[in-house]
Amino acid sequence: MDRHVVGSVTDIPPGGRKIVTVKGRQIGIFRIGDEFFGLINRCPHQGAPLCSGEVVSRLVAPSPGDYRLTRAGEMIRCPWHCWEFDIRSGQSLCDPDSVQVRSFDVAVEAGNAVAEGRFIAERVEVSVEERYIVVTV
Amino acid sequence: MAIATGNRPPIGAIDCDIHPAVPSTRVLLPYFDDYWREHVLRRGLERENLEPSSYPANAPINGRPDWHLSSGPPGSSLAAMQSHLLDRLRPSWAICNVIHGAQMMLSEDLSAAFCRAINNWIRAEWLDRDPRLRASIVVPPHSADLAAEEIARLAPDHGFVQVLLLAMTELPLGRRQNWPMYKAAQAHGLPIGIHAGSSFRHPPSALGWPSYYLEDYVSQAQGFQAALNSLVTEGVFVKFPDLKVVLIESGATWLPASLWRLDKTWRGVRAEVPWLEQQPTETVRQHVRLTLQPFDAPPTEPQLRTLLDQFGSDRMLLFSSDYPHWHYDGDDALPVGLSPELIQKICVDNPLETYSRLKETLR
Ligand code: FES
Repeated sequence: MDRHVVGSVTDIPPGGRKIVTVKGRQIGIFRIGDEFFGLINRCPHQGAPLCSGEVVSRLVAPSPGDYRLTRAGEMIRCPWHCWEFDIRSGQSLCDPDSVQVRSFDVAVEAGNAVAEGRFIAERVEVSVEERYIVVTV
Repeated sequence: MAIATGNRPPIGAIDCDIHPAVPSTRVLLPYFDDYWREHVLRRGLERENLEPSSYPANAPINGRPDWHLSSGPPGSSLAAMQSHLLDRLRPSWAICNVIHGAQMMLSEDLSAAFCRAINNWIRAEWLDRDPRLRASIVVPPHSADLAAEEIARLAPDHGFVQVLLLAMTELPLGRRQNWPMYKAAQAHGLPIGIHAGSSFRHPPSALGWPSYYLEDYVSQAQGFQAALNSLVTEGVFVKFPDLKVVLIESGATWLPASLWRLDKTWRGVRAEVPWLEQQPTETVRQHVRLTLQPFDAPPTEPQLRTLLDQFGSDRMLLFSSDYPHWHYDGDDALPVGLSPELIQKICVDNPLETYSRLKETLR
């Protein structure tokens, strides 16, 4: 497994996403607040480009009619058949134990660490002032 | 050599659906209160038979030829039922489900009065006369509040083991207006039995009124699908987590395909009904049971096993003879091809789990 620099944190605003290609694989990098998460851009159902779907919240109701919006902006909804997945864990809401999207470890590293460390920069120019998104693939 | 068309159920089986019939409206008169007896007499209602047209007298399915009576509709004599069924198959208990025009009347109050009279009648003339009999509480389904009152009135009598509804009423059964009935049933530990039938506020087919009995009869399965979809989707089993529902005379072959569609579609539109956290099929396996006869089993044993596998649970089927309707001959009330283990489940374990009141043998 290698660590790949896929962009600067300023590339993705909070609530945003970016689809990058690492080792020939498309990976969606999502930003929730100041945390970053990576999911393979392939729906486990029938292979849709999952990460291009709509980012939504988790709508729940402990009882019929008792509607609550939770986990605002933390779910991705597949553009084909609308199954929902938890961006943080890759778990589906319809069958969390057996239907999951492959997820990748995403970290933020300081520019000087990136400049000195053993990272692979995927078409990313590195400068020491910035902070970088690093995905382990 | 004769081909086996069925098997005799074991002695001590629990028969979850039999149909005593009200021999004539006149027999109910002593069971009304003074007000409603006078109302009935002033209108001459005791001269009407008030039998639903869903059971045409000459349709062979509605009365086995050797169970016809010299007078009165099939199922209207306790002595005949004892000799045709109770003393032959020797069930531990048999649950009486009365289907009557009372469940279809437009006046909620008259419907409630007739239901009270029928419940009083079944208790006095059937339950009190044979300890093997139990009954469902007949309620006015179009007034959930009056239905809940009737449930509360009779629930202390453990001769009553269920609340009886029809699959097709004014509203889909899951709608919130109906919830007072489910609340009362859950509070008293009574399952809701949903019998084939309609109060005919709507055509039995979603397309309109059928021309023939055949269409009407077969369309009943659509009514059950819609009723079950409604109960699940509206969240009745989330709101009332201890409630059990028994589909009576629903047939069984439609269920796996219908649930497959429900599960599959739910995955994409889950957020519309966010109270449904688990796959609808799981909810149905936990809460819903089906009586056996009339069993629309596929023709071969391997096909029957496939169907039972698709149920994904051996806890869902409950033995029923559907006396006096004609679904089997002789004493062969069980279809061929069931394993001994499954027969034990269907005939004893599943009914006892569903109707927990049966475990208290004394009333
Ligand atoms: S391909 Fe994603 S839900 Fe079907």
